[in-house]
Amino acid sequence: MTTVLRVEGLRKSFGSAAVLRGIDFELAEHEVVALIGPSGSGKSTLLRTINLLEPIDDGRIILRDADISDPRVDVDKTRARFGVVFQHLNLFPHLTVLDNVTLASRKVHGVPRGVAEARGMELLDRIGLAAKAREHPDRLSGGQQQRAAIVRAVATDPEVLLLDEITSALDPLLVGDVLELVRDLAAEGTTILMATHEMAFARDVAHRVLFLDGGVIVEQGPARELFANPREASTQEFLRRFSAG
Amino acid sequence: MTPQHQDGPPPSDIELERRAFRRRQSTLSILVGAASTVAFAVIVWLFVINTPGWARVQDSFFDPETAVAAFPRVAQGFLLNLRILAFAVIGVAIVGTLLAFLRTLRGAVFFPLRALATAYTDVFRGIPLIIVLYLVGFGIPGLLNVRISHEVLGTIALVITYSAYVAEVIRAGIDGVHPSQRMGARALGLTHAQTLRLVVLPQAIRRQAPPLMNDFVAMQKDVGLVSVLGAIDAVRGAQIETAKFADFTPYIVAAVLFVLLAIPTIRLTDWVSARLRRREQMGAIV
Repeated sequence: MTTVLRVEGLRKSFGSAAVLRGIDFELAEHEVVALIGPSGSGKSTLLRTINLLEPIDDGRIILRDADISDPRVDVDKTRARFGVVFQHLNLFPHLTVLDNVTLASRKVHGVPRGVAEARGMELLDRIGLAAKAREHPDRLSGGQQQRAAIVRAVATDPEVLLLDEITSALDPLLVGDVLELVRDLAAEGTTILMATHEMAFARDVAHRVLFLDGGVIVEQGPARELFANPREASTQEFLRRFSAG
Repeated sequence: MTPQHQDGPPPSDIELERRAFRRRQSTLSILVGAASTVAFAVIVWLFVINTPGWARVQDSFFDPETAVAAFPRVAQGFLLNLRILAFAVIGVAIVGTLLAFLRTLRGAVFFPLRALATAYTDVFRGIPLIIVLYLVGFGIPGLLNVRISHEVLGTIALVITYSAYVAEVIRAGIDGVHPSQRMGARALGLTHAQTLRLVVLPQAIRRQAPPLMNDFVAMQKDVGLVSVLGAIDAVRGAQIETAKFADFTPYIVAAVLFVLLAIPTIRLTDWVSARLRRREQMGAIV
């Protein structure tokens, strides 16, 4: 399997608080990797440093043989190779749903409006939101907004899809549809790195799981194995508290 | 408001009785409101026409014949006000946005630009417009030693003053856009400039539409101040007619024209503000 993304010795502090204290891992083509861990363990920060939204203090981020943490790379072009969905407030409220989905294609990748919109409608149709294409995001439910944000992120065929706890701000009833879409994308071979608190989902969909605690990867392994037999004490503790609710 | 049920059982007797009561109440309050408005108007009218100088004032401020005679020149001048306003609005939009943009720049490299923009808005929000008009109107021609028409100089002075106000309003709007919007745009690969143009500014301006339109209303009437430079606008035209007839009615004619110009914008501002408030209460960001 080809490695798409490799992170080496990644460190990041905010002031005196060390958030990431040496992270190493690889992401292969078509692989789905779940990042789990307590709040404040550095999951979101890790995702943001990977697509260069946060500058790093040390280490390297390699995207297909190129060191993208090198200050000489074009940051905007590199970011466009990733698709990102955040926890909330993803869509631009002043644009229609279709314009949201096609914005990056049109403005960053230079795709003509007609072509971008045809593709956008196809994606919206797929998530059952074609009828809402010309509406503004405030007319959509939270779950519909998140699904629209996901198709916006994949509209430009990114090399890696980064998902940052995309269901944690949602009404529990709306989580299912969003996860279903991610499951479909994973089945189609999208390379995904996702921070999540949905343990059952991570176990079913992810190929591998990284357990992050205190800014380091404490344990990693195939999803089913790690959930069934966590080796480290802190992983066991985390999973026990989670299953206890 | 009575909810409209498409289906379901017909309203119960209790509900029907409540609705009848509410209807009676609202009819009553409309009647009381109308009666008190009429009573107030009558009292004011009686007071005014019984003041000792009313006959004199009526003659020198509200003389219909003078109004008709003065109207052509005042209206002619008013067209100049409208032309100046049109150019000034465009100028203010461009300069104001640019200043707001400069004030939001971060990083030590941009300190001089940022400081300059801050100093500009501080100074021109502080100086009375009439002084700016004199400085520009008599300063620039003296400085360049050329003849520039009064209209152009007046427009420049208006742009200088009002862009300082508008820049502050837009800057507040930019600061009010949630940082996640900026981050979302950068994550898509948009450049800093694209993010500002396509994501941040449209939201900032939408959010600030009421104060921006308020500044527009203020500018509509301040256009009348260009008359101090000698441009024959509505105010200057009224002044000339006043001198001719020895009667102040032409000023009232000009005032009415300015009010007629302002009312649509004021109503529109109310409507936009109300819509924005409704949408914000519904939970939309903008």
